[in-house]
Amino acid sequence: MLNKTPLWKYFTVIGMILLCGLYALPNLYGEDFAIQISSSRDTTVSAEMVADITSHLESANISFRRIEFKDERILVRVNDSDTQLIARRSLDDVYGDDYFVAMNLAPDTPEWLANLGATPMKLGLDLRGGVHFLMEVDMKTAIEKSLDGAKSDLENRLREEKLRYRGIRVVGDDLEITFRAADVLESAQFYLRNNYGEMAFTEKDDLTLRASYTPQRLSELRDYAVKQNITIIRNRVNQLGVAEPLVQKQGQERIVVQLPGIQDTAKAKEILNATATLEFRLVDLDGDLASAVRGRVPPRSKLLYTRDGRPQLLKKDIMLEGSHIVDANSSMDENGFPQVNIDLDGKGGSLMSKGTKDNVGKPMATVFIEYEATDKEDTEGNTIFEKKEEIINVATIQAQLGSSFRITGIDSVTEARDLSLLLRAGALIAPIQIVEERTVGPSLGKENIELGQTAILYGLIAVLIFMLIYYRAFGVVANIALMINVIMIVGIMSMMPGAALSLPGMAGIVLTVGMAVDANVLIFERIREELREGRSPQQAIHHGYDNAFSTILDANITTFIAGLILFAIGTGPIKGFSITLMIGIITSMFTAILVTRVLVNAVWGGRRVEKLAI
Amino acid sequence: MAFQILKLKDTVSFMKLRIPALFLSTFLILGSITSLAVNQLNWGLDFTGGTVIQMNYPQGADLEKVRLELSEAGFENAVVQNFGSSQEVLIRVAPREDLAQEKIGDMVVEALQAKSADAEKQRIEFVGPNVGEELTEQGGLAMLVALICILIYVAMRFEWRFALGSVAALAHDVLITLGLFSVLQLEFDLTVLAALLAVIGYSLNDTIVVSDRIRENFRKVRKGTPEEIINISLTQTLNRTIVTSLTTILVLLALFFKGGALIHGFATALLMGVFIGTYSSVYIASAVALALGISKEDLMPTEVEKEGEDLEPL
Repeated sequence: MLNKTPLWKYFTVIGMILLCGLYALPNLYGEDFAIQISSSRDTTVSAEMVADITSHLESANISFRRIEFKDERILVRVNDSDTQLIARRSLDDVYGDDYFVAMNLAPDTPEWLANLGATPMKLGLDLRGGVHFLMEVDMKTAIEKSLDGAKSDLENRLREEKLRYRGIRVVGDDLEITFRAADVLESAQFYLRNNYGEMAFTEKDDLTLRASYTPQRLSELRDYAVKQNITIIRNRVNQLGVAEPLVQKQGQERIVVQLPGIQDTAKAKEILNATATLEFRLVDLDGDLASAVRGRVPPRSKLLYTRDGRPQLLKKDIMLEGSHIVDANSSMDENGFPQVNIDLDGKGGSLMSKGTKDNVGKPMATVFIEYEATDKEDTEGNTIFEKKEEIINVATIQAQLGSSFRITGIDSVTEARDLSLLLRAGALIAPIQIVEERTVGPSLGKENIELGQTAILYGLIAVLIFMLIYYRAFGVVANIALMINVIMIVGIMSMMPGAALSLPGMAGIVLTVGMAVDANVLIFERIREELREGRSPQQAIHHGYDNAFSTILDANITTFIAGLILFAIGTGPIKGFSITLMIGIITSMFTAILVTRVLVNAVWGGRRVEKLAI
Repeated sequence: MAFQILKLKDTVSFMKLRIPALFLSTFLILGSITSLAVNQLNWGLDFTGGTVIQMNYPQGADLEKVRLELSEAGFENAVVQNFGSSQEVLIRVAPREDLAQEKIGDMVVEALQAKSADAEKQRIEFVGPNVGEELTEQGGLAMLVALICILIYVAMRFEWRFALGSVAALAHDVLITLGLFSVLQLEFDLTVLAALLAVIGYSLNDTIVVSDRIRENFRKVRKGTPEEIINISLTQTLNRTIVTSLTTILVLLALFFKGGALIHGFATALLMGVFIGTYSSVYIASAVALALGISKEDLMPTEVEKEGEDLEPL
């Protein structure tokens, strides 16, 4: 008998639908207002803190729904956004110094679903509200800086090797070393080629040697500049209290920063764009520390505190700014004590040697400056940020310093490592510039979701009614398939970790709804034709599906090609559109061909049918 | 037989009208090219670079007042208009040399909020000029790559005459949609570009269905000139063409009226594209294949009976 579905096909189809349906389920549950507490640089959140937080909130009279510990973070769920604000402030007072406290929307997925790894769809920034920045690292400056460093490095080496040169200057992206005699050039070239691998040396003329970075070194430099800036930006983003930030490299020299749900975008920009700096200052040994702490700071001095809170008087004049730091790393000195090695660029080197010349034996402080969110707000409800300066290290100057020196007197290996990281992170190797910004206010995000949902609903209803009238019983079959299709798109979108739903993505779903019935239209029209040609209903169904199949396949593959190309070139929302389009093509093939066939076979197949309601 | 849009007993002689259709299409394409050359496109922020700020005034916005406040703040050249509703205001500021570009958005918001405290920032979009330039290049490239990939696929699956026919139809659709955007001076932003690629997908869908039927009929129908066979195929697929266009137009109308101002350009481009795409799959794709001399011999199966038949029918 024709048109019977084998049992395995039944189970496969039902299994697929149930699987997608299951993963689509979390989208039905809403989201809770929550405060998220997560580990910071030197602390880790532990399960023991839950009891602490509970008693703190109870004593502060703040009501909450529940507190959970998962994936190294604690989530405090509260009932409304007002409580969320109060709770955040209160928790930030207690835990803000050691942990990152941020406001978040936590999906209210039931435990059993969450255990299966089911989560609701991620919402794009245009639906959730937030900021998207595209930042460009200024490579020209980065290379120039590095050339400066290389220049002084070469000067030192040639001097050490007693290879007399006339001068070294920066010419474009290269260095030119001039010599007085051709034979010196020869031996210098020989020496440098064997000992200075990161640059390539060519003779420009008899007396001039041209040094340029090898392509490999250049790409290393670029990579390093971008990576380092990403580290700094991550550190700063953590200070902003954003729950799920994204900081990512895009292309060769760009960085994408996405901060969902952030309210004060202007401030965020200021902080991200600001240069966290590092300064070296001499310690003021003459000033009276005790009276300075009481408020009487000498006019030429500045009172700052160390990380563990000890006051220290420093000279107001800055000896050296951290922008001159080219590299920093930690190691052990000859006695096995931890130390941090610092490399400066050329200008920094000469400043340092001038500054330390007359101060050997005196203590020098390293000051780290960053911006930090406070719990204070201005009249418009914007968080006020504070410039925070702290002394990260005080060390005695052992000798006159040059472009490469080390800081000793560090307590532990960990501290040395942290310090070198801070030094690297604090000193921007290259300025960054915002080249694209997309900010969506929270109310517009909400509005966009509603608009998208209404459009999907109206479009769906219109198509459902049309199909019902036009194809009657078969219309019902197509309609069931169409609804399963929407559920499957949602389910698959929820399963894909990287996919986020955007407004164009919602438009993609609407479009899919309209175009998905095409496959059914093709099949049904074909069945009608077969019936007109006098075939029996069973024969008509069989041939209708068969004949339409290759047409549907061709048509969908070509649309899929268009979607793929969109995905390849698009960014953000356009990628979202192409993802839903492509998922929609696959699911609509599945539902319009397989699901309807199973349904049609179940209703009409395998028995005598006189007439089809099509 | 149930409700049917068209009950056609006889074959419609679509191809009789191919000369007038050719004139119409030529006219439309020339018009589009002229308009694109003269008026150009109203490029959106994504391509030109600059800053767009959308503000919400709960009490309704007074555009004159907003303009005045902006020029007081030093933004004399800002373009101010309503967006979607009378409460929403869209402000465009062209890239400027004298200001740090990324700060313009916040400066505008600050200036406006200083005068009307209840004005709410809805969105700021800033695109640097380089990013915009790159995007224009990438967008054009994407279109070309899409067309070439599709040309190759269709040529492999069908025949080169069909491939040329369908790509001609696609280029036709894209050009005329672009032309309409240029004539009406509708804003051309990224979502419209996405819509154009979706139009390519849609129109191609239509063309493939028609071509598939033409191929089938060339093999099945014994007698008849190529023109007659194309007419038969078009008549047979006409119902499907109309039904699918209708359902697509239904959802696009839902998007157009309910999807909000941000998605307007997208829905408009697709609506135009669906109309033009439906027309072109009948008159451009088939007519080009016919003009290139498609014949029975070209489509007779060589090795495989019918492509796709080796795939297990679902």
